[in-house]
Amino acid sequence: MLRHAEEVMGTVVSFAVPNADDPAVLAGPIAELHRLDRLFSTYRPDSDISRLGRGELTVEQCDPLVAEVLASCRAVTAESDGWFSMGVPPAEGRGRPGGRLDPSGWVKGWAVERASALLTAAGFTDHTVTGGGDVQARGQAAPGRPWRVGVADPQRPDHLVAVVSAAGDFAVATSGTAERGAHIIDPRTGRPADELLSLTVIGPGLARTDAYATAAFAMGPRRALPWLTALPGHEALAVLPDGTRLGTHGLPHYLANPT
Amino acid sequence: MRRMIVTSAATAAGIVLLLSLKPHGSASAQSLPVISSDTGAAPAPASSGASGSGTSTGPTSGSSSPAAPAAGGTRTVTGSAVDTRYGPVQVRITLTGSKLTKVDVIQYPSESNRDEEINSYALPELNQEAIAAGNANIDSVSGATYTSDGYTRSLQSALDQAGIH
Repeated sequence: MLRHAEEVMGTVVSFAVPNADDPAVLAGPIAELHRLDRLFSTYRPDSDISRLGRGELTVEQCDPLVAEVLASCRAVTAESDGWFSMGVPPAEGRGRPGGRLDPSGWVKGWAVERASALLTAAGFTDHTVTGGGDVQARGQAAPGRPWRVGVADPQRPDHLVAVVSAAGDFAVATSGTAERGAHIIDPRTGRPADELLSLTVIGPGLARTDAYATAAFAMGPRRALPWLTALPGHEALAVLPDGTRLGTHGLPHYLANPT
Repeated sequence: MRRMIVTSAATAAGIVLLLSLKPHGSASAQSLPVISSDTGAAPAPASSGASGSGTSTGPTSGSSSPAAPAAGGTRTVTGSAVDTRYGPVQVRITLTGSKLTKVDVIQYPSESNRDEEINSYALPELNQEAIAAGNANIDSVSGATYTSDGYTRSLQSALDQAGIH
């Protein structure tokens, strides 16, 4: 099993590839992650997205991926009835109509899914790519053994609330306050979302799964669980501030024996 | 005309059921998203042949005529989805002989603030002892690990270290 952890995009992206030994197989996916960071980082003043936000570039002058990402963000904003946002909320964007352009809620999961797709295209159909706690799993860990992804317990370090597993490809994304505090902003009030400790979404591809987790966390449990129930192919596990765990009706299909 | 009668009767039952659920917190955990109500000895809403738009299931005791079911024969009838002030409602009724014995609400408003709705998402089997990560034989971790600094303290980091030779 080839494992590698790459620091990129302000976090660490971890690779696990069972049928590989040579780290060179990761060179392409790693280069792509750094390229996407250079294009989309809002922390880099010279990124296409920063220059677009300042009006120095038009969308047409940016890398073609910028238009693709903006279109994806608009699509998820519509799918989530406005709960996913690529602009900062009014509270922080005061004085700047529409807020600063920030598609970060989409880019990380999408970039990890792209890195995973490159591995698949290179023939490594069994792998996981994990970026900042969001996992894209493809194939299996070993013949007859599906990948097992732990969902971190937001209340107890080194503990899990569940083990997620499935035959074939799946993605797991968790939004929460455990590390960065209340950083997800309700786009409708501009205030931190605080009705959940964490919300985990399981779906086929990490780009949408991650964006849905962000939107659902902002919604809070009352809106998020019915919304996710209605989304085909996606399930959710929520941990409330009192420790209660809630799940969509299809979630048990993904829950593996914990040991 | 029969169909109209059954549909409206079923809808009325659905609304009554919906309202009656409001003060209670009885939506069962880990159930299918179907709310059932055993109506006991409630009279059948359309006792003579409620074929409606539904299907006949279960033991019909050899009776193939929906207009004259044998005593004890069980049929289900699915009403049309109807918009209520709370949202769309659709019910399925079960008739045993000529008696209405069960009402399943197969569609109900998803956008509401009632606690019952949250309860229907409860997963009591998960409310157990937290799982010690070291015993769970996991390959990767999903959680709120966002920054490079946080990564160094994370379970994912431990997994990566264990796997790098």
